Order: sequence, then structure tokens, then C-alpha cells
Amino acid sequence: MSAVNRDWTSHPAYIHPAYKSTVLRGPTKPLVPLAATLSEITGPVYGHDAVGELDSDLTKNARKNGEPIGERIIVAGRVVDENDRPLPNTLIEIWQANACGRYIHIVDQHDAPIDPNFLGAGRCVTDAQGRYEFRTVKPGAYPWGNNHNAWRPNHIHLSLFGADFTNRLVTQMYFPGDPLFEFDPIFNGVPAGARDRLIARFDLDITEPEFALGYTFDIVLRGPKATPMED
Amino acid sequence: MKRGQTPSQTVGPFFAYGLSPEQYNYPFGSIAGGTLVDDDTEGARIRVMGQVLDGEGTPIPDALIEIWQANAHGRYNHPADDRQDNLLDPNFKGFGRVGTGTRPDSAFVFDTVKPGSVDGRQAPHLNVVVLMRGMLLHAYTRIYFADEAEANAADPVLQSVPAERRDTLIARRDEHMAGQVYRFDIRMQGDRETVFFDV
Repeated sequence: MSAVNRDWTSHPAYIHPAYKSTVLRGPTKPLVPLAATLSEITGPVYGHDAVGELDSDLTKNARKNGEPIGERIIVAGRVVDENDRPLPNTLIEIWQANACGRYIHIVDQHDAPIDPNFLGAGRCVTDAQGRYEFRTVKPGAYPWGNNHNAWRPNHIHLSLFGADFTNRLVTQMYFPGDPLFEFDPIFNGVPAGARDRLIARFDLDITEPEFALGYTFDIVLRGPKATPMED
Repeated sequence: MKRGQTPSQTVGPFFAYGLSPEQYNYPFGSIAGGTLVDDDTEGARIRVMGQVLDGEGTPIPDALIEIWQANAHGRYNHPADDRQDNLLDPNFKGFGRVGTGTRPDSAFVFDTVKPGSVDGRQAPHLNVVVLMRGMLLHAYTRIYFADEAEANAADPVLQSVPAERRDTLIARRDEHMAGQVYRFDIRMQGDRETVFFDV
């Protein structure tokens, strides 16, 4: 079996000039092919003991004197490989802006309120069926300095470890119908045919009565794990 | 039915409180940091540090560097490495993660052990993932060690790299620092651009 590599029809290029910071930061020389060795078919393992009880509930995990402000949402889905096989015990870490579009990060200078009861960070580990669920508030849009009047669409950042280090994925989840999609060079850095995979789907089955809207977002990592190349 | 891979997006400028909160003093626990060892970990202690430099040679203050490595015996703490002849070290996981924003020189610093050879053919190395604002997908590289010249010369991955670029994958001993300190700068672009792998 050969290694399953990144699918370059799915992923952005390193240099995407509309996203200006890529111009001086993306590698420019051709990548050197690397056949999978033991180093590539292994990777950090984080089980359910790595996450705390409230880690996946961002509406509760940073409360100080009340509930976070904003529209509560539930984000749930499955982590699978390209053959739709569930990937259990997969660590997902997320971070996001608050409902006003402000990150708690010290370098975020956007003049929107910080919410004392919301940090915006969470994590969970997928169950035996590859399922995960987060509770949070819907992040706001926010301006950034890429170009005049640039605004990021509402999004949640996600980081995943798959079965091995080659399955590492950092991505962003967006919400359906966002009017900012056509203007966002980060979203549009993805090949056109793959952009839809970054947009969650409103899901009445996940929506909880009298509590919160639900969104489904499945995450697809690479295909079957590679085995080391013999000579 | 094949499902398409979820596309990568940038880690952005604000990953610190989600991915390395303790390093940046945010009130959330970290799953990993720059110190991979404790008092009971087996093996020779090393420090690996360096800057991440953009196309103009400017140190990048908002990159995130992750390393994955075998222990001092050359064994990975992962089920796919099931060799009986290489010992697991219960006090070594092998994963480290550091952002570059917390030091004046924007360097990353890992305190770890020098890995053993993982399969008798590969020279000791660290596997590295590079993420930052301004990259829409992460890059893979490796860190080898200058004082393993013989093993490096036989390493099949290093040998697959064009000879004139191999040097970009080799960490140098910093003799000015106390202890066993290796310097490894990651150059994103330019004449000495670090080799990044397609894996």
C-alpha cells in the first residue's frame, strides 16, 4: 500500500497573492517527495483523558459571573477518512471570536467588546463512531488588515490530529449563506470545487428546542493509513 | 463512495489561546508545550531552538511549530510502532508544540531528548509541522543533527534531497550555550529555503 498524500485539488496553494501575508511566508521551492516511513505513520495520541468535562462546552468553560452573550449554537459531526470510515479517538481543538467578533487574544485590537464569560477555546475527542459535539456561541464577523474594508466571514478554527502526523489538519468552519464568502481571500484560497466542504449545514436534528440552533460539519481526513515502504 | 478531504485553512494570528494557552498565559490547559521531558525521561537532554524567517529574513512572531519524535531508544509512542526490541519510555510522549510569540527574538525552544534511530536506517531526527498566519496549509520538514554525520550520510530521506539543499535540514550545535543546544532556523523562502516535504 502506498502513502495517501495530501490531495492538492482540495488544499490551497502556499502562495495565494490575494491573501497578502502568503507572499513572503509560503514556501516557493518544489516540495520534496517523502515516502512514508515509521516517522510518518505514527503521531501523537490523545485520548479521552486529555480533555476535561467542560472543554467542549464553550458556553460554560470560561464563565465568571454569568452566561456568555450571543446566539448559542451546537456544532456536531463526524470525523471520517476518504472512504467514509469513522475515525474514533481523534482530538479536535477549536478557537473562535466571541459573538461580537472579538478574539480574547492580546494582539486583537478590534474595537469590539470582550466578553468576560467567554474564552473561545475548546476541545474534544471523537467517540467510537467518529462523532464530536461542541456547544458555543456563534462567532461574529471581524475586520482585518489584508485590504481596504476586509472582513472575515463568521468562522470557527479547528485543529485535528488524525491517525498519524501526516493527517494533521488545521482548518476553519464557516456558516451557510455568509455574504462575505465572495470577498474573503482565505476562503477563496481553496480550489473552487472544494470550498463547499468548509461550510457547515444547518441541521434541525441537532437543533435543541428552546436552547440552540444546530449545525452539522463533517471533517474528512486522508484515506487509509499508509504502511512503511519496503525497499 | 470517496469523500473529498476537508481543505486546510490558515491557523491565523489568534491560535495562542486555543493551541498553546499556557505558554501565552491564557486560562486554559495546554495539551503540549515546549518541554517534552520530565525528571524520569530516559536519554540525553537537548535543547532545539531557532527562528522562523520570512522571505525578507524577518523573524516571524506568530508561527506555531510542532515536533513529533521517537524516544532515546528510537521508539515512537504510537500503536503503529509495535517493535518489541525498542523500549517504550512511559515518561516520554514525543510531541511538542510552541508558538514563536513569547520571546524577544521570536524563537521557538524545545527541551527534549535526542531521539534514537527509528529503524536502523534513518538518522536521528525530529518530524516538524510548521503553521502560521500567512500559510493556508502547514508545511512538513525534519530536523537532523550535525553531530550525526555518519548516520546522516546513510539516511534515505536526506539522500533523497538534492545535495545542495540537505544542509537546510541539519541543526548545528551552539557551542556558546551551556548544555547540548542545537540551532535550527526555518527559512520559508530565499536561497537557503528550508526543504519542505510532500507527505
